Amino acid sequence: MADKPFIHPYIPNSVPATKQAMLDELGLSSVEEIYAEIPDRLRCKVPLDIPPAILAERDLRRHVQGLLDKNASCVDYLNFCGAGCWQHHVPSIVDEVINRAEFVSAYCGGDYSDLGKYLARFEFNSMLGELLDFDGVANPIYDWGDVAGRSFRMARRITGRDKVLVPSHMSPMRLMEARTLCQPEAMAGSTKIRFYEWDRETGMVDLDDLRGRLDDSFAAVYWESPGYLGTIEAHGAEIVKIAHEHGALAIAGVDPITLGVLAPPGALGADIACGDIQGLGMHMHAGGGCSGFIAFKDDDPVFAQECPLELYTVMETATPGQYAVAEALAERTSYGARDQGKDWVGTASGLWTIAAAVYMAVMGPQGLKELGETCIARSHYAAKLLGEIPGVQIRLSPSYFMEFVVEFDGTGKTVAEINKKLLGHQIFGGKDLSAEFPELGQSALYCVTEYYDQADIETLAAAVKVVTA
Amino acid sequence: MSETPHEKVARLGRLRREGGVLHDYRAPRWDEPFIMEQGLPGERGVLVPLAEDDVTAAVGEAADYIPEGMRRGAAPDLPEMSQYQVLRHYLRYSQMTLGMDLGSDISEGTCTMKYSPKMHEELIRGHKSADVHPWQDEETMQGLLEIVYETGQYLKSISGMDAFTLQPGGGSHAVFTNACVMRRYFEAKGELDQRDEMITTIFSHPCDAATPMVAGFKVITVMPDENGYPDLEAFQAAVSEKTVGCMITNPEDTGIYNPQIDKYVEVLHDAGALAFTDQANANGILGYARARDAGFDACHFNLHKTFSSPHGCEGPATGAYLCTDELARYLPVPMVTRVGDAYHLDYDRPESIGRVRGFLGTWMGVIRAYAWIRNLGPEGLKEVAEISVLNNNYLDNLLMAVKGVSRPYAEGHRRLDQVRYSLEQLKEDTGVGTEALRDRMVDFGIQSFWMSHHPWVVPEPFTPEPCETYSKDDLDEWAAVIKKGSDEAYADAQFVLDSPHAQPIDQLRRIEAMEDPKEWAFTWRAYKKKILRRT
Ligand SMILES: Cc1ncc(COP(=O)(O)O)c(C=O)c1O
Repeated sequence: MADKPFIHPYIPNSVPATKQAMLDELGLSSVEEIYAEIPDRLRCKVPLDIPPAILAERDLRRHVQGLLDKNASCVDYLNFCGAGCWQHHVPSIVDEVINRAEFVSAYCGGDYSDLGKYLARFEFNSMLGELLDFDGVANPIYDWGDVAGRSFRMARRITGRDKVLVPSHMSPMRLMEARTLCQPEAMAGSTKIRFYEWDRETGMVDLDDLRGRLDDSFAAVYWESPGYLGTIEAHGAEIVKIAHEHGALAIAGVDPITLGVLAPPGALGADIACGDIQGLGMHMHAGGGCSGFIAFKDDDPVFAQECPLELYTVMETATPGQYAVAEALAERTSYGARDQGKDWVGTASGLWTIAAAVYMAVMGPQGLKELGETCIARSHYAAKLLGEIPGVQIRLSPSYFMEFVVEFDGTGKTVAEINKKLLGHQIFGGKDLSAEFPELGQSALYCVTEYYDQADIETLAAAVKVVTA
Repeated sequence: MSETPHEKVARLGRLRREGGVLHDYRAPRWDEPFIMEQGLPGERGVLVPLAEDDVTAAVGEAADYIPEGMRRGAAPDLPEMSQYQVLRHYLRYSQMTLGMDLGSDISEGTCTMKYSPKMHEELIRGHKSADVHPWQDEETMQGLLEIVYETGQYLKSISGMDAFTLQPGGGSHAVFTNACVMRRYFEAKGELDQRDEMITTIFSHPCDAATPMVAGFKVITVMPDENGYPDLEAFQAAVSEKTVGCMITNPEDTGIYNPQIDKYVEVLHDAGALAFTDQANANGILGYARARDAGFDACHFNLHKTFSSPHGCEGPATGAYLCTDELARYLPVPMVTRVGDAYHLDYDRPESIGRVRGFLGTWMGVIRAYAWIRNLGPEGLKEVAEISVLNNNYLDNLLMAVKGVSRPYAEGHRRLDQVRYSLEQLKEDTGVGTEALRDRMVDFGIQSFWMSHHPWVVPEPFTPEPCETYSKDDLDEWAAVIKKGSDEAYADAQFVLDSPHAQPIDQLRRIEAMEDPKEWAFTWRAYKKKILRRT
């Protein structure tokens, strides 16, 4: 290859004649003359340690697909694991829209040229606002754990208090992310995370413990519903009331796909909501399908002013009745004010918000209601069948949406052993909780969504019976 | 016809420069109502599976499992719409979005808008990638883990670093990761109460200032000297026993390569501080210069810029963070490792900063980057750099001939991958500044240009970046659009100030909505309550 010119289909000006014409026009003999800007001592002297090019598209496709084919997917296997990333059906129309070249390839074009992107974004915000019963929805970023941490910091700025109270059965992964954002406690600007207890019988928060721990020094009380362990929190409205009695904000962590049947955080009186939109039309992508949102009531401008993420407002144009969308309060973001901003923003998850917009639009109120009912019914059916297996027990309250805790102590086997054996049946078992929640013994968090039907659930139960026997 | 290829490009270039072959473009204008205003009660967009009779017989009513007070009252006011109508609506929106695949995204400088190969999209859309659950047994994800691990090796070679993570969900997120890694480094050394200052430069991306702030540091911003380089004396003066490190770009947004960069690093190291370089956009230096060779302790790449992953209307994205062995122990968990022929997720890293993102990261970007690197190979990567630098200088030659355009700083020095220009002269002469020209150029089917991050240090700035994707013809066209805008400004400034003229909507109004709580409406329900009710 070395003596042949390198002409690449993605590099039009790699054609020697073109390159030469351009150099001629610049009066240069080679690009080296431009690279003279980099002094010799800073020049890379070693060849890149990268394998030779696989040039032909067919060969490259074969190679990379060959690697990916080593994976077993949740299409190959039955998957009963959620725990922060959930397998729901993605309607084909969602993929059709977000795979449009215009959307896939757009970035930060202007208000006019990228209008469609901004309109879709505003519609996403508007529809999510309906689900949450909130007027203010910010542009989502990274994932739930990230926006949980940002919400804590937001509450700190609003209240001037530097502690937040979170339930000790909050998702450990989200807690880890939030801690990274909240800084080590020794730092002056840190947001300190404190815990209140949960009821080991039901999986709900322990309100008495919350009352005992909360005082006027807390910026916020956070809770999750459904919680990491699957339980639908029964006490949302009371948590809000208790928080407000102490001048603290109430922050709800929610999975919006549940809100076709569950009371929205706005109706419960929460001040801020955060959560993940992954369920709303995103494939799992090994977790890459996640994207975190922040929403708020917007009855007091301080929430928008302290919101860490980008906000978009509907605008009008010189033509009556014509709408546009533009960024609001841009000055408070890092793009507007660098280190004087509230937080940072960057390339976030724009394509996922468009997917979620399409998803919410096709599901509508009835679709989300039916989806909720199916998730509840099928997950309870799965729990029933699993609970009938000798040595297997379903833990916590039966108030759950699609995830529930299955304890295997009576089988004498560990979750790790059981899950390994289930792989032999082409089944992904539930998330192993034994390290995160040792008090639950050898337990796993199972997830059954509308994606899996009665027959799949019966296949699961039969397999679990075999591998636990 | 005996026109040689060489003659043909010269002829087309001449034509372009004479303004003869600009697109007579009209953006699609659908006048499409918001989806919240469409559809009629009872319509359905997609049907979902219902619980089987056996299931219902066994468990009873779903609603009975919802605690009192947690049942939804009023149904959410979502559209009720049939599928075709929803599809059509969003296809119309896609048409009113001038993505990189349609418009010439030379415009969005600092963003490296390169072609994202379509074959890579097929790879990530297949179920072996899209429908993998993050908690799957690592044994069932060996293909993905191999791709991530190998991509990490390539990026190590490109940067000269020893260790990597691909967990961050974007460039800024990788930059934040750096702030956290440095924080942990000094925490471990017991110096965190002494060191609380991070240094950046004004021409580095805003995240180089904002993320260390979020991590808890005070931020010192060094301004450019008269040549556009970060002022070395000011930099030296900023460094002290309080310094954590620096987070800077090179070349900065100006495209000027700082030939003394290793001196800045030395100053930091002499003070016991660390040095990070933001290489979100490394297109001009691939295979030519490595962060490690200039002494840096860490750097990052945006896989959605340099390594071809598409931008997706601003994400999802992947940030690759790389560092030396000394810092590797602090990287987020899990790390992807290899033992023999098997790949693993290593959580057992007691000194780690923890997590910056849930699960594993956004690996769609990694799969694409892997495919892209393998497709180009070592020579190809250098060719990418070389052509983007050549393209940039070629475009520069054309733009500097446009009346009203100037290129501040470092006279006599060539820029690498991008240039920050100024339209100060045009504004002075005609009243047409960079915002007006930006809104005019879209009328030719060319994406509006990136002006500058705030604050504008260069007056009336714009920043094109003609990476390797663009043909000579594309470069000629882009310059011709700027020339056209300048010509128009000198002939009829008001016409340009009234731009755009060929877009889906007219000029924005109700600007107060951007700042005034009584006017802003972040959702349609807010607009209905606040604004429509009023009129
Ligand atoms: C130099 C530089 N650093 C960092 C970033 C931030 O990357 P991201 O937008 O992925 O957060 C960008 C891009 O916007 C950039 O150009």
